[in-house]
Amino acid sequence: MRSFTYERANSPAEAAAAAARQQGAKFIAGGTNLLDLMKLEIETPAHLIDVNRLGLDKIEPTADGGLRVGALVRNTDLAADERVRRDYGVLSRALLAGASGQLRNKATTAGNLLQRTRCPYFYDTNQPCNKRQPGSGCSAIGGLSRQHAVIGASEACIATHPSDMAVAMRALDATVETIRPDGAARSIPIADFHRLPGNTPEVETSLAPGELITAVTLPKPVGGKQIYRKVRDRASYAFALVAVAAIVQRDGSGRVALGGVAHKPWRVEAAEAELPRGAKAVTAKLFADAKPTHENAFKLLLAERTLGAVLAEARG
Amino acid sequence: MKFETPATTNPIDQLKIIGKPADRIDGPFKTTGTAPYAYERHDNIANPACGYVVGSAIAKGRIASMDLTAAKTASGVLAIVTADNAGKLAKGNLNFATLLGGPEIEHYHQAIALVVAETFEQARAAAQLVRVDYVRTDGVYDLAAVKDSGKPARITGGPADTAVGDFAGAFAAAPVQLDATYTTPDHAHAMMEPHASMAAWDGDKLIVWTSNQMIDWSVGELAKTLGMPKDKVRLISPFIGGGFGGKLFVRADALLAALGARAAGRPVKVALTRPMMFNNTVHRPATIQRIRIGATRDGKITAIGHEGWSGNLPGGKPEAAVQATRLLYAGANRMTATRLAVLDLPEGNAMRAPGEAPGMMALEIAMDEMAEKLGLDPIEFRILNDTQVDPEKPERAYSHRPLIACMGLGANRFDWSKRNPQPGQVRAGRWLVGIGMAAAFRNNPVMKSAARVRLDNRGVVVVETDMTDIGTGTYTIIAQTAAEMMGLPLDKIIVRLGDSAFPVSAGSGGQWGANSSTSGVYAACVKLREAVAQKLGFNSTEADFADGQVRSGNRSVPLAQAAGESGIVAEDVMEFGDLGKKYQQSTFGAHFVEVGVDAATAEIRVRRMLAVCAAGRILNPKSARSQVIGAMTMGAGAALMEELAVDKRAGFFVNHDLAGYEVPVHADIPHQDVIFLDETDPMSSPMKAKGVGELGICGVGAAIANAIYNATGVRVRDYPITLDKLLARLPEVA
Repeated sequence: MRSFTYERANSPAEAAAAAARQQGAKFIAGGTNLLDLMKLEIETPAHLIDVNRLGLDKIEPTADGGLRVGALVRNTDLAADERVRRDYGVLSRALLAGASGQLRNKATTAGNLLQRTRCPYFYDTNQPCNKRQPGSGCSAIGGLSRQHAVIGASEACIATHPSDMAVAMRALDATVETIRPDGAARSIPIADFHRLPGNTPEVETSLAPGELITAVTLPKPVGGKQIYRKVRDRASYAFALVAVAAIVQRDGSGRVALGGVAHKPWRVEAAEAELPRGAKAVTAKLFADAKPTHENAFKLLLAERTLGAVLAEARG
Repeated sequence: MKFETPATTNPIDQLKIIGKPADRIDGPFKTTGTAPYAYERHDNIANPACGYVVGSAIAKGRIASMDLTAAKTASGVLAIVTADNAGKLAKGNLNFATLLGGPEIEHYHQAIALVVAETFEQARAAAQLVRVDYVRTDGVYDLAAVKDSGKPARITGGPADTAVGDFAGAFAAAPVQLDATYTTPDHAHAMMEPHASMAAWDGDKLIVWTSNQMIDWSVGELAKTLGMPKDKVRLISPFIGGGFGGKLFVRADALLAALGARAAGRPVKVALTRPMMFNNTVHRPATIQRIRIGATRDGKITAIGHEGWSGNLPGGKPEAAVQATRLLYAGANRMTATRLAVLDLPEGNAMRAPGEAPGMMALEIAMDEMAEKLGLDPIEFRILNDTQVDPEKPERAYSHRPLIACMGLGANRFDWSKRNPQPGQVRAGRWLVGIGMAAAFRNNPVMKSAARVRLDNRGVVVVETDMTDIGTGTYTIIAQTAAEMMGLPLDKIIVRLGDSAFPVSAGSGGQWGANSSTSGVYAACVKLREAVAQKLGFNSTEADFADGQVRSGNRSVPLAQAAGESGIVAEDVMEFGDLGKKYQQSTFGAHFVEVGVDAATAEIRVRRMLAVCAAGRILNPKSARSQVIGAMTMGAGAALMEELAVDKRAGFFVNHDLAGYEVPVHADIPHQDVIFLDETDPMSSPMKAKGVGELGICGVGAAIANAIYNATGVRVRDYPITLDKLLARLPEVA
């Protein structure tokens, strides 16, 4: 049997050090994705480090008026937090658009950022998949690709990142805080946290080996109308075909990040200058280099129309 | 007992218990986790070993070599079953693909080995160590590409081709014509409980706790596959977590549990994992359907033709999508044609309302399109073309056909008259709103069914039959039948189902289960009443069974006393004569749906649903309603999201789990109304009942499609109707 060892860390620093020390170690928090992947032997950690009891489950104000969300704050608690609902509505709405009540009760902030793609070929160990087995090929290219990326993909991988929460955090310019095995802390802007697939789709974030997320910091509230619009075939419990996280100010300026279209939350700051000119102008810039498949080309029109509806809602 | 002449008045007509919305007897067991399912029959087998199925990684080809060395020595492993060491296995009559593949591979995830270990986790881990080298051969996976290679194939109850009058001439001459092609994708049963079995050998006898809709068929199939006499095999399946046709036959779990138990020398349990179910078992095959309708300008159909193409493994059957078109509407000139192509995808087989479900998804859009061409209301067009006889054989009448009444009642209840026939006109906030309707139609087959009833000295009647309750309410309606017949309250009836040691029933399939199995119980109870009367010296035709007593003249005896110490046992089988041939027996309905289509994103959400059903006597309106709302939900899934996505290169269904194969969740389903016409059909059985579980799905998809058209003006003929098929044709967002 594929056995693994387990330890409960006593502090974030100790957890990170243990992860660097042990070959094939992984952190486990809510386990809503990792345990599924272990059952399918897609993830085969030799050692699990439980980070659930490290005191990382608090939401606290920061000195500059923002909010520091502990890595272990459950999605349900984060969505329901009064400060989040008041000042970061797009985040609360994104969280509630994701998964199910039961999953949100278990899923954590850091785990949500680190969840893996839902590409069906990634989940079928008989099929080539560069993300699961580097160098084996990408089955989604030329295969079932309706859900897949339309931009930022590569010859090696066209998977999307499935998170809703991360899309809202990208719009909010959040920062991912970590601790490294040597005990040093690091802050990673969310824009730099998730990576495009390139030739190494198995590397999904900029975390170094053993590096543990301790919190996600939200900057001072920016106000504006905050909308999260997730589009899907099924009314609930489905991943986004396209999702739009938008923060629109009274003067028509704002920020827009999209989910369901790329290997990471998709935001192009330069496109936001076009917001006063409407959705078509914004999406033209957002998707200037799009390379959809014939199955998912509709996402470009869908993104434009969804953003149009979001901007209309923001105006109204 | 043989049912050969129309039913007259009988004790069922008292309707003291039959026809009442009794709660399901098995409900408390299921909601408290005390209804044992096959995989958890530890009440019988304390410590079974666990089997894990290894599925083929290729769709077509052969196994060049299989290396079991590492798997065999893995911790906890007790045995590994493969085609090499399983001994000679025959193929059953009811499955086309071999249940244990190798060396030839017929489809993806075909079982090629079972690893048996002390624990599930050990078996699963060892299964990953089985090394298989395959030689792939090219397969055929694209129905559209090979449809023209399809051969004529017989459908249930009919030939491959039917022709009445001069279809081609009449269609060509018709002043108003429709010629349209529709497609439905492959569908998965996706029932809650996976296929699961626990098997134990006792010498040369085999006992299998399993999850199966048709006990007697499956005993025969398992015995045949294993080369054993049928009487050495016992199947037990008292609780089933859904089947929808996917558990009509023996699947790999039952066979491999038996083989695993033999190899390991101890009981073994096997469940298919969710990702394995979609390609290992069966599915509803995809169809391509061409429908041509010709009519006079005033809306009389003069020509109606329906051609259906589907694919299957060699030896497989076609999806009989044209079936309903043979019967549903009038028209002097008619044709149907069924063609079957060879595909190397997993085996296609029956799923809830096979034939009619996908067929009505197409036909009832075609009727909507034709009504629009004629400038007629869709209901008016259907009324104009109603028939009270089999349109292919006008001398053969329907036993009872209140389709017009269903549509009329539904129209009234749904405020159909407020529908704007001009599509794309109604807006409510962000939603484009439309309403649509479709007829519902499903035949009413009957099947021979037996039961045994035992009256004991407590005045309790125990009913035993190998009938199954697949979540349909069978326990309850059988208890209601026995209670009504014997004049007892429901709590004096004990029902035992799903055991091949019991008399052979109709089983659950083809929506024949409720009517047929209760008729079998009726027959046994008639015999029991006679036995009781005879024992008491009563004239059985005069004896009155009520309130736990049997009365004749001035004499009244409690049933408990009549039973005596030894009790009284009666057994009978209900057989059906040729009333089903003399009269066309079908069930009817009308579906009404309101949808909203998001004006920007084209997301489609159902807002209201109504089904009006005419299905003979409704034995239990509560469980019947549950059947219909479940079917409406399944129909909404088929209309809006369900599609097994074929990888046409590798030849398998890619979205093979419940994250990828979307079925409706609560948020997709609005309030559902169901109305049953208050009717009986004495041609059907002494129960005067008909099937209802499949009627409910027939036509739902088209009603939704027609509502989407009414909302948007966009006609989609390829299911599922997803937003990408509407988006480019919707008006610009303001």
